[in-house]
Amino acid sequence: MIALEFDGVCLRYGSNVTLADGSFRVGQGKFIGLLGPNGAGKTTLFRAVLGLLRPSSGSIRVFGQPTRRGNAHIGYVPQFGKQLNQLSLSGRDLLIGSVTGSRYGWPFSTAAQREDIDRVLEVTGAGDLARRPMGTLSGGERQRILIAQALLGSPKMLLLDEPLVSLDPNRQESVVSLVRDIQQDLDMTVLFCSHELTPLLGKIDGVLFLGQRKVALGPVEEVITPKVLSDLYGAPMDVVRSAGRVFVVAGGPSPAA
Amino acid sequence: MLQYDFMVNAFAATFIVAVVAGSIGYFMVLRGQTFAGHAMSHVGFAGATGAVLIGLSPLTGLTFFTLLAGLGIGLMGERAQSRDIAIGIVLSLSLGLGLLFLHFYTSFAGQATALLFGNVLGVARDTLWIMLVMGALALVILAVIARPLTFASLQPELAEAKGISPKILGTIFMMLVALAVAESVQVVGVLLVFSLMVAPPATAMLLARRISTGIALAVLFALAQAWIGLVLAYYTNWPTTFWITLLGAVAYLAANGVVHLTQNMR
Repeated sequence: MIALEFDGVCLRYGSNVTLADGSFRVGQGKFIGLLGPNGAGKTTLFRAVLGLLRPSSGSIRVFGQPTRRGNAHIGYVPQFGKQLNQLSLSGRDLLIGSVTGSRYGWPFSTAAQREDIDRVLEVTGAGDLARRPMGTLSGGERQRILIAQALLGSPKMLLLDEPLVSLDPNRQESVVSLVRDIQQDLDMTVLFCSHELTPLLGKIDGVLFLGQRKVALGPVEEVITPKVLSDLYGAPMDVVRSAGRVFVVAGGPSPAA
Repeated sequence: MLQYDFMVNAFAATFIVAVVAGSIGYFMVLRGQTFAGHAMSHVGFAGATGAVLIGLSPLTGLTFFTLLAGLGIGLMGERAQSRDIAIGIVLSLSLGLGLLFLHFYTSFAGQATALLFGNVLGVARDTLWIMLVMGALALVILAVIARPLTFASLQPELAEAKGISPKILGTIFMMLVALAVAESVQVVGVLLVFSLMVAPPATAMLLARRISTGIALAVLFALAQAWIGLVLAYYTNWPTTFWITLLGAVAYLAANGVVHLTQNMR
């Protein structure tokens, strides 16, 4: 089954075209790393999948359906906002607030909603963290709460926008592993956005690379190559592998390669 | 002290204002929109003096103009760059306009001080009824939007993805702020709405972990500030507004001290 399908999609951020005539298909149950340089339009692509941004041409389908705002099949972890940095609210209260806050009117949570919160906190192992004020948690701990939040309502697809930013390598590793485990246990489709490939290596089923208005989807070894990347960027690019890490650098292949 | 009608009216007026300003002010501080609230009261000043000039009650002009300003600021949206500069320019223009209106209406010298610094002892019984209706309306609307408002304030991107419109919600909220500002001006005046709408919620936010507790504390602090201020004003014969601002500052400093001490002890 196809979880996400882009067919000739053109996306704009303001007056900038970030994707021109992009087509790809992500199968159900895949863990895909969404990569690309800063400003390539990764967040814009997520917003289009969430139905917050209409493509200027082409069509996007999520589990065979056109995109729509408030799609319950998609869980979303936005880029980390400053609002949560000094929050004295506990993680659990934040989750209750987001469940009851998705609708107007009756302001109290139901027993079923509280059960769902218990479930997602257990899945992410964040039960104890959720009792502490958000402002006292480390970056990695907060990310765990936000991932739990995205799992509320049992979505089938998870979009994570730069969850590794400003985490040290060990924390990065544990966040990626957490998402991988959840993805496997719950058979979810995951798009994990990062501007670095290294923390995702060995965990992802494929990479969706967003370059200069172009996009390519495939296994790491097929997409992260000088030829494909040079085509995406419209300029000579090279891939340097060193001790299990992969770097994408500007310039043609070195003579030794 | 309660044998005087004006004191009874003052206690009633400050009660209404404390509940409205404390709860709406809490969300204003949570959303980081305190400057917008401050500016709105200045726009109200132009409205109030203008209303007096054409023979209407100051409260009518005040409320109409703050609501208009609330709508404008709400529609400008959260992300508009240089929004604070635009608000600031409108703020000073409004004070200037208010000054001009006062200039044309020279027979009302006391009106200016009352509008700028508040005159809670001069609140009439019929004004009290208007304040009660406005306040109740604002609180009912706040109760309906409180949860989505909290969500959209803390996690705007996520709330938007869940189908909440931050812009519509933000605009409705700014109109509520406008009502709260118009009410607060009756007690502390245009220049000092911060003392009831910002100081008590900010103090509450330092001490409370949950939003419901925070709102309750904000209302409680605003009420304590206003009522103790009234009593002190009665016995010292100094302006009520002075006491309210002083108590607000003292409470905020004390709460900071408490937070600092408890953190060091851990």
